[in-house]
Amino acid sequence: MSPPRGTRRIRANRIPRPLLVPAVLGVALLILPLAGLLIRTPWSHLGAELRSAAAVQALWLSLWTATCATAISVIIGVPLAWILARREFAGRRLLRALVILPLVLPPVVGGVALLLAFGRNGVLGHWLYNSFGFSLPFTPAAVILAQTFVAMPFLIVAVEGALRSSTGELESAAETLGAQPWQVFLRVSLPLIAPSLAAGAVLCWARALGEFGATITFAGSFPGRTQTMPIAVYYALENDPAAAIALSLVLLVVSLCVLVGLRDSWFPVGSGLQDRGVRT
Amino acid sequence: MTIRRRTISIGAAMALSAVGLAAVGLAGCATSNQSPSQSPSQSPTQSLSPTAAKPAALSGTITVFAASSLKETFTKLGAAFEAANPGTKILFSFAASSGLATQITSGAPADVFAAASTTTMTTVVSAGLASSPVTFAKNTMEIAVPPTNPAGIAALADLSQSGVKVALCQVAVPCGSTAAKVFKAAKLTVSAVTLEPDVKSVLGKVELGEVDAGVVYVTDVLAAGSKVLGITIPSSVNATTAYPIAALSGSTNPALAQAFLAYVTSADGQAVLTAAGFAGP
Repeated sequence: MSPPRGTRRIRANRIPRPLLVPAVLGVALLILPLAGLLIRTPWSHLGAELRSAAAVQALWLSLWTATCATAISVIIGVPLAWILARREFAGRRLLRALVILPLVLPPVVGGVALLLAFGRNGVLGHWLYNSFGFSLPFTPAAVILAQTFVAMPFLIVAVEGALRSSTGELESAAETLGAQPWQVFLRVSLPLIAPSLAAGAVLCWARALGEFGATITFAGSFPGRTQTMPIAVYYALENDPAAAIALSLVLLVVSLCVLVGLRDSWFPVGSGLQDRGVRT
Repeated sequence: MTIRRRTISIGAAMALSAVGLAAVGLAGCATSNQSPSQSPSQSPTQSLSPTAAKPAALSGTITVFAASSLKETFTKLGAAFEAANPGTKILFSFAASSGLATQITSGAPADVFAAASTTTMTTVVSAGLASSPVTFAKNTMEIAVPPTNPAGIAALADLSQSGVKVALCQVAVPCGSTAAKVFKAAKLTVSAVTLEPDVKSVLGKVELGEVDAGVVYVTDVLAAGSKVLGITIPSSVNATTAYPIAALSGSTNPALAQAFLAYVTSADGQAVLTAAGFAGP
């Protein structure tokens, strides 16, 4: 439609129409619901909604369980990621696929699986119950386990990716200089991957905070014990929509903070193409 | 400068046209989903009176939002209705009545609503989305325990013992509020380990043996067969909930909605409900 009037550079920066229309739809689809949430937020009594005992209880439970799940993920996920990235062994690809499966597995399926493994009648849970009289479901520990199951793969993928993209030359050098493998990991590998580890941990924490399907299936829902924020939102929608919106807003704000915090280390903005177009 | 201005205008255009385009796009998808199911000859005037709806005139699809506890009976009723009225299709969405009521008041496309309590139906009626609901069944509560009865539950009072794991519906759901009435009448304090989103989730936790007992409807224990054991709650303390059904004013096929409603309340429909353990209205 428009004649080729501008310089070559300007045309290079234009968006072709067949791409623009779907892109606009994409913008609408992703941003409108958030706008809807903001528009319907009961701003006048937002404070009261958020100070209500139920909201505080759910928020507190979510915060501490997600933090525990992240801590567990770091403690056992980093070594696992290191082994997957740095060692060759039979079945490594299969192990890697299984370990990150929860990334794509529907969380509720994860919940059913957890119940069948760690439930009172589960493969492992049965033994736990018979030996120690301890049953995991419906406890905050079950919430943490469900969150760890779903969120740890995010951390593993981040750390493994960082380890793979570093060549390992520094590690080799350290080994040549006589460092023990454990020292190499602690003094060389770990500092190298620290930024990715931090990003992975934040992503893991955010995923744990938002966990719903596996949690409600495996841990059930009881206020103050297993009813996390997302479950509280889901329940509140049925009898107190204003509370549901207020709780949702909190989760939205937390998610935004996470994204802003991660912006540079995890989602590199503009891989250079756009900048180069303007600069040259 | 030129470059900068153009970039901004593209961004602004995207933001501005986003709303309109999305609305058009979504509406287009929604209508294309619904239109094939509707009979082109159908007129709104003939549909309002149920007696005018001759079986031969019925066609198309309706969506029935029904309480979880109606899953077995309504699935059966739907199949029987479709068999008696070729060319019709009854789709069901089973969930907690309170959740369904929220969906309906938020604009979910449904033709009939069957709730497990008058309270949940009232929220839909008072929103102006349904009128004159009819009670078609009643239900009472029963204790469901795993077949092995691990905690040795023998009576309602056993549920209040410490160490007994009990699953209940959350209070917003009819099975939760009805169970609460039972405990109040029996002067018992029962601390549940979990408050489930609907009655079938309670039953599921019992079937898996993860809880020692759940309070569900009489009809759920019957429908679960040998997967759970039922322990009767004495009628002196038991509570009853009524099941109202109504055609929704937003229905795109009111004739079919009314016909299905009439079938549920007919002698044939009542026979299916009674066989499943429901009490008559």
